[in-house]
Amino acid sequence: MLLPYVTGGYPVDEWPRLIEGFAAAGADAIEIGIPFSDPVMDGPTIQEASSIALAHGSNPTMVLDRVAEADVHIPLIAMTYYNIAYRMGHNRFADRLVQAGIGGAILPDLPLEEVDDWAAEADRAGVATVMLAAPTADDDRLVRVATRARGFVYGVGLVGITGERAELAASATEIAGRLKAITDKPVVVGLGISNPEQAAEVSQIADGVVVASAIIRRMLEGGSVDDAIGFVARLRAALDEV
Amino acid sequence: MTVTPTDTTSFMPDPDERGRFGEFGGRFVPETLVPACAELEAAFVEAWADAAFTQEFHELLRTYAGRPCPVTVCSRLSSQLGFRVLLKREDLNHTGSHKINNVLGQALLAKRMGKKRLVAETGAGQHGVASATAAALMGMDCVVYMGEVDIKRQALNVFRMRLLGAEVRSAMSGSRTLKDAVNEAMRDWVATVATTHYCLGSVMGPHPYPWMVREFHRVIGDEARAQCAELLDGEVPDYVVACVGGGSNAAGIFSGFADTRARLVGVEPAGGAAIGRAVPGVVHGSKSYLMQDEFGQVQEAHSVSAGLDYPGVGPEHAHLAQIGRARYESVTDAEVLDAFELLSHTEGIIPALEPAHGLAWMVKAKDELAGSTVLLNMSGRGDKDVAQVQAILDGDPEALSTMRP
Repeated sequence: MLLPYVTGGYPVDEWPRLIEGFAAAGADAIEIGIPFSDPVMDGPTIQEASSIALAHGSNPTMVLDRVAEADVHIPLIAMTYYNIAYRMGHNRFADRLVQAGIGGAILPDLPLEEVDDWAAEADRAGVATVMLAAPTADDDRLVRVATRARGFVYGVGLVGITGERAELAASATEIAGRLKAITDKPVVVGLGISNPEQAAEVSQIADGVVVASAIIRRMLEGGSVDDAIGFVARLRAALDEV
Repeated sequence: MTVTPTDTTSFMPDPDERGRFGEFGGRFVPETLVPACAELEAAFVEAWADAAFTQEFHELLRTYAGRPCPVTVCSRLSSQLGFRVLLKREDLNHTGSHKINNVLGQALLAKRMGKKRLVAETGAGQHGVASATAAALMGMDCVVYMGEVDIKRQALNVFRMRLLGAEVRSAMSGSRTLKDAVNEAMRDWVATVATTHYCLGSVMGPHPYPWMVREFHRVIGDEARAQCAELLDGEVPDYVVACVGGGSNAAGIFSGFADTRARLVGVEPAGGAAIGRAVPGVVHGSKSYLMQDEFGQVQEAHSVSAGLDYPGVGPEHAHLAQIGRARYESVTDAEVLDAFELLSHTEGIIPALEPAHGLAWMVKAKDELAGSTVLLNMSGRGDKDVAQVQAILDGDPEALSTMRP
């Protein structure tokens, strides 16, 4: 499975076109980032896209309204930080996701011990709470994380923040293998997956990959929306050969 | 609801097993960091119950930091204001502020955990200098993240940190102040968690930090309680006042008086009054009051004092405000500068801009305080701020731009 990432609000006016473009290029699902002022899990690339989006007035309501208009028939998953959901209210946030046609949520600063209140509302509304599983967790913890996960388990590919890496971290295939051994839910790996070769390598073990910074960086460096869509098509082709 | 403390029940107990002070606190961190937070909690609990550890800690506080620091009775200021002013002199500690208490505790703990590297965030630079000092003392590597704006405001402290062997990295994102330095330090820690201890500088962040940092600063309140008892015939002051950014010096001194009749007052900068606005939120690992917009985006705080330029506040302060055990007031930058000059003129003590907030409130509230005894935590000395204040008083436009009404 291929899960490319879109920052809600970057590039400023054109970003909604990425959603339909990525779907047409063969994405199996799309992660929609709702920008937050203090994204502690994100490296410089996603930070910059978020800052630009926020500086141009991006906000959760606007992002969700635009996503609702997108004509796509693949799963959409929101990725944001917990304060966005907390401020809006768990039930309202979950309902707004459903109204926007978003079926899942990733909240990277809401770990297992803190997730219950949100997850109860998400379950009620029919929003899958995707849990992150990190290489630093022991197997017992991975089991508990996978048990709470809905939709799929998000394997954190490296000990660090989002961003491209020249070499695929050994931890990416390692976490995929550890998760596959303990859960029947789909295992998707993200963080540090930067090119088609790395995506293909991880996909030999994992059920899917998230690619984010490598897509956004192309546009920050002047590439067009179509360049980003073309890159997603290349990722698709590489995965199809696995 | 206002609680009138009349018995000895502590209003500042340990947090619950989920790191909550009432409804505030917790551990809102990326999954990658959860095992490290749990490991730190276990190590702290074990060390804090180990007499050998606490003995080593207190020995360092005595022979290295220069504790106990005195309580000074301010006679001239007292007659001018119409109430008795006592200062707990944290400004006399090695490195010039209360911050040294916490970093010595955390560096000792990091060493005990086998960590070889410290990362820290800093606003005014006091916590950065203290962290760099502790790292030099214990032979550890140290990286300090500091907002680009603060690096300009606090050039002297940047040089101090480098002189002490630390690497100072500029936080270029967001408002380029303390909150962004915290983000960068957390990102560093997420990537280096196996070898690195995050030496957090205030009573904020994920559990166990708010509790652990308070415990390392408890010495402020414990000393002050005994010193006040001696000065006041066994009595406690009527008011205990401290400035609040994240709130570590306030937590330290409040913890010595929470079970007494003393009224506890935290003073926030008007441009960074998280408790004053009382909107709950989650950032940097805990649930507390947080300055934010209608969508939950964290707002930038504005204060003449880099050390208080923070949009959040430690979760225990949010709790103390909610249950009414402490009250929180705010003062403007102009009131703070007046207090800065006042203490310098009348007592020969140049305060840091941070504790000058406490004094500024006392001046403002002098009718309420008339005839009482007020203990102010003089949490740091003003050397670091002299150049900035001089520039403001000289009317330098760039310096004036750091002021908010």
